[in-house]
Amino acid sequence: MTAPLLNVRGLCKHFGGLSANQDVSFAVGRGEIVGLIGPNGAGKTTLFNCLAGFYPPSGGTIEFDGETFAQLTPERAAKRGIARTFQIVRTFASMTACENVMVGAMMRNKRVAEARKLATDTLAFVGLTGRATSIAGTMTVAEQRRLEIARALATGPKLLLLDEVMAGLNHTEVREAANLVLRIRERDIACVIIEHVMEAIMPIAHRIVVLDAGRKIADGPPDAIARDPAVLAAYLGD
Amino acid sequence: MTAKRIALLAVMVLALVLPSLVANTSQLNYAILVLMIAQAGVAWNILGGYAGQVSLGHAAFYGIGAYTSTQLLLVFGLSPWLGMLAGGGVAVLFALAIGWPCFRLKGHYFAMATIAIAEILQIVVTNWDWLGGAVGLSLPLAEAGWSGFVFNKSKVPYYYIVLALLLLTIGASWLIERSFLGYYFRAIKDEPDAARSIGIDLKRYKLIAIAASSFLTALGGTFYAQKELFIDPGSTMATSLSIKIALVAILGGVGTLGGPVIGALILTAIEEATRATFGGTGRGTDLIIYALLIIGVAVFYPGGIAGWWRTLEQRWLEPKLAGRTNTKETP
Repeated sequence: MTAPLLNVRGLCKHFGGLSANQDVSFAVGRGEIVGLIGPNGAGKTTLFNCLAGFYPPSGGTIEFDGETFAQLTPERAAKRGIARTFQIVRTFASMTACENVMVGAMMRNKRVAEARKLATDTLAFVGLTGRATSIAGTMTVAEQRRLEIARALATGPKLLLLDEVMAGLNHTEVREAANLVLRIRERDIACVIIEHVMEAIMPIAHRIVVLDAGRKIADGPPDAIARDPAVLAAYLGD
Repeated sequence: MTAKRIALLAVMVLALVLPSLVANTSQLNYAILVLMIAQAGVAWNILGGYAGQVSLGHAAFYGIGAYTSTQLLLVFGLSPWLGMLAGGGVAVLFALAIGWPCFRLKGHYFAMATIAIAEILQIVVTNWDWLGGAVGLSLPLAEAGWSGFVFNKSKVPYYYIVLALLLLTIGASWLIERSFLGYYFRAIKDEPDAARSIGIDLKRYKLIAIAASSFLTALGGTFYAQKELFIDPGSTMATSLSIKIALVAILGGVGTLGGPVIGALILTAIEEATRATFGGTGRGTDLIIYALLIIGVAVFYPGGIAGWWRTLEQRWLEPKLAGRTNTKETP
């Protein structure tokens, strides 16, 4: 078996006395879709921020694509191939949709014309072609979430961290988003998805990792997770 | 688009023939003042407008430009043309040295730090005898002509030099705006964290912005010294100058190419009008009007005049364009 794309071992993150992540270990294979679920405050977003270089971990190791990360910054994470979206959308609000994606494309290629071409293709991939010249700040939240995905994809990542991209979307939009994730997977990009919308994540994920109070309590295929007593206890209370 | 180009061409032609249209030296001097502050505003805009790092200490770079070329001329007899480049170089070094720690600060805190640094520099120069202290430095009239960058018979050469300087500065901004740097600067201004997540090293690109901005600002400082033939800390490094530089860009429209030029026209007009109306007794009236303008822009038109113009365009022009594309796309 080949080494996984991402291998997290014993990751800890403390904020003062508060332990947001405690000894979390899991792996993500190439092109794998992993759902990251857990009750509010379980430490999902903190884990994302550690993986994407926004927080320095308090302990543990992150191995990505055969390299062990030390002193990871967001810029370095991006350049090595980890792209992300944000829980609260952070598009470049004054720029057009196309320009937003172009900035992402420029990480690998600084030529404006080529960045524009890649951005146009990527916007088409996420289904935003008609909005290319719209100012990002004027777009709906659903559109801005897709725009964030396009911007992240334009950096040419190997791993995409999606933070609640389906939150606040209606049924059709959720289905579209799930489809988009499957099509991203076809490009051989692995996805780790934080999601509360279970009916969206369960059918598309290969594996689910469950966090509760900063610790991993379960890790397995979706149908096993749905029956896992520890998971049920965490969600429904003992 | 074509209408815009024709308008631009008309402005260019007008700018080129202006010296033969004006009636007297004081009107020409007024035009020179407009171009000078416009040039500084365009230079400021690279850092404050595009990259969103509002500096209220740009007079420091202006003063460094003025003092460097002047002192090189007085001590070593170096041509002010070369001194101008040297001044730009010193300003860049200074900018990088202050940018390194200050770019850790965000928003208002960065602006406050720039005020403090410019103020400190002004106090240091005021107490530095080698640089003339509070008395200032006078430049020799001896080498009049193009090689000496001194013109005592007519001010027309000054007009064309500052016009060229303004065009150079606008050209530099234009190149930045169109390159990946322009996109990166705007991304940093909009959402710094998101910019980092797509590989943009914030400090690196902020330093590039301040380097370009300070270099171009310092060129204007040298021009000031050569035009006035006298510099002192109060005229080249004052906080009021820093604010004026920022204000022309903010009033005209931050992050737009031509905005600072429009801002300069309006601001200089206000300054001259209050001076003419109130004379010596009305000192400070222009400051009151500036304050009102800042409040007005901040509350009603954060995009400045250029931003206001753009919304007008969008309101009247883009619905037509959008209508056209819609008919194409709907089955």
